[in-house]
Amino acid sequence: MGDKISIKNLNFYYGKNQALYDISMKIPEREVMAFVGPSGCGKSTFLRVFNRMNDTIPYARVEGEVKIDGKNIYKTKTDVVALRRKVGMVFQKSNPFPKSIFENVAYGIRINKMHSGKKDLADRVEKALRDAALWDEVSDRLNTSAFGLSGGQQQRLCIARALAVQPEVILMDEPASALDPIATQKIEELVVELKKKYTIVIVTHNMQQAARISDKTAFFMLGKLIEVNPTEKMFTNPDDELTEDYITGRFG
Amino acid sequence: METRIIDRKLDVLRDKLLLLGGTTEKAVYLAMRSLVERDSDLARKVIEDDKIINAMELEIDQMSVEILALQQPAAHDLRFVISVAKITPILERIADHAANIAEASLIINNEPEVMPNVELPRMAEIAGEMLQRALDAFTSEDAKVSKEVIKRDKAIDKAYNKVFDKLTKLMIDNPSVTNGAAHLLFVAKHLERIGDYVKDICEMNVYLIEAAFIKHKSKV
Repeated sequence: MGDKISIKNLNFYYGKNQALYDISMKIPEREVMAFVGPSGCGKSTFLRVFNRMNDTIPYARVEGEVKIDGKNIYKTKTDVVALRRKVGMVFQKSNPFPKSIFENVAYGIRINKMHSGKKDLADRVEKALRDAALWDEVSDRLNTSAFGLSGGQQQRLCIARALAVQPEVILMDEPASALDPIATQKIEELVVELKKKYTIVIVTHNMQQAARISDKTAFFMLGKLIEVNPTEKMFTNPDDELTEDYITGRFG
Repeated sequence: METRIIDRKLDVLRDKLLLLGGTTEKAVYLAMRSLVERDSDLARKVIEDDKIINAMELEIDQMSVEILALQQPAAHDLRFVISVAKITPILERIADHAANIAEASLIINNEPEVMPNVELPRMAEIAGEMLQRALDAFTSEDAKVSKEVIKRDKAIDKAYNKVFDKLTKLMIDNPSVTNGAAHLLFVAKHLERIGDYVKDICEMNVYLIEAAFIKHKSKV
């Protein structure tokens, strides 16, 4: 499998504060890449680099190169809306719109004018809900409020919403940290299922979660990429002593 | 660096393994002494004490599972628990061989003496020394020594072949000693197996230290 995202000498600043230092790495297509590291290590900042979510933060500045499918997304001509369609995002706290379940998923399809009619819209919503493993639980109440769903269901609704606009990359920032073990397991199973079609980058504080679902793991500390390796290598025999200390709970 | 909860558990686990190792070492030594000194009481004690070793094995098994389930070790911690969990039944099997030697000793001690004719004590000495060094190398996490011990197994194999030839010849030349000689042959086989098991322990040492599986690879 080729590389979906390729990062070269990336530096990131919040005003005068440098948050990421000279990061170079590649993220393979249709794999799960986990970012781990202590709070404030820059992993979420790095994740947000891939769909230019940091653009909305005043004084944020990026140096270096981030290529998705070989194209540098920080070129001035980049269509950021199209980029965010291609690179979807799911956040720590589920954030459904104050609308019905159906409308939550339909929203992105409508504003991007991706559907050819009412029937097509309904089909696309159903497909996204099925892909997010939520359809069977909500098919009989699509027009009820999204807020009536459980936390885990809301999070899968947000995943469905992201999938509805046919992204290629899905960024997940601690998608299961507020969920109970059963809902967490559902999200994890979903991630493993979704990698057949999508490239997934997930930030997690849960080491075991990273171990369970990711193909590769990258460890960050103080804005630096310390190590990136296949997950089984990372958790049985990491190359770097800092990684070993972190994953075995010696600090962090 | 502060002590993690898992550190205390791993320390206890290491102590338990070393205690099992020491007890096993002693069992092999005493079983051989019961044979050399024709001391059947001592042989019976070795057989009886094997129960203690079995209990130790169960205790370590339980603790290893508990650490895996509750502490979810990673990296070196994980390799440590896996190594202990895999070395434990090997030690228990070595102790079984010691008990088997003691059982053979009970029979041999009632037969005409054949023992002085063969180099069994030398084999036992090599096996004992290998076991001791393997356990030391586990404690000090010394891959180099572990690999040396693995090579040492050849000396036991060589001694075994020699003992085998001598004993079979003895049986042909003097059929009256056949029963005793046959049981001595079993003893030699037990010692040869112990050498193989020590090799397995050393392979786990290398896994612990280098995260490399060297089992079933001809070169170390």
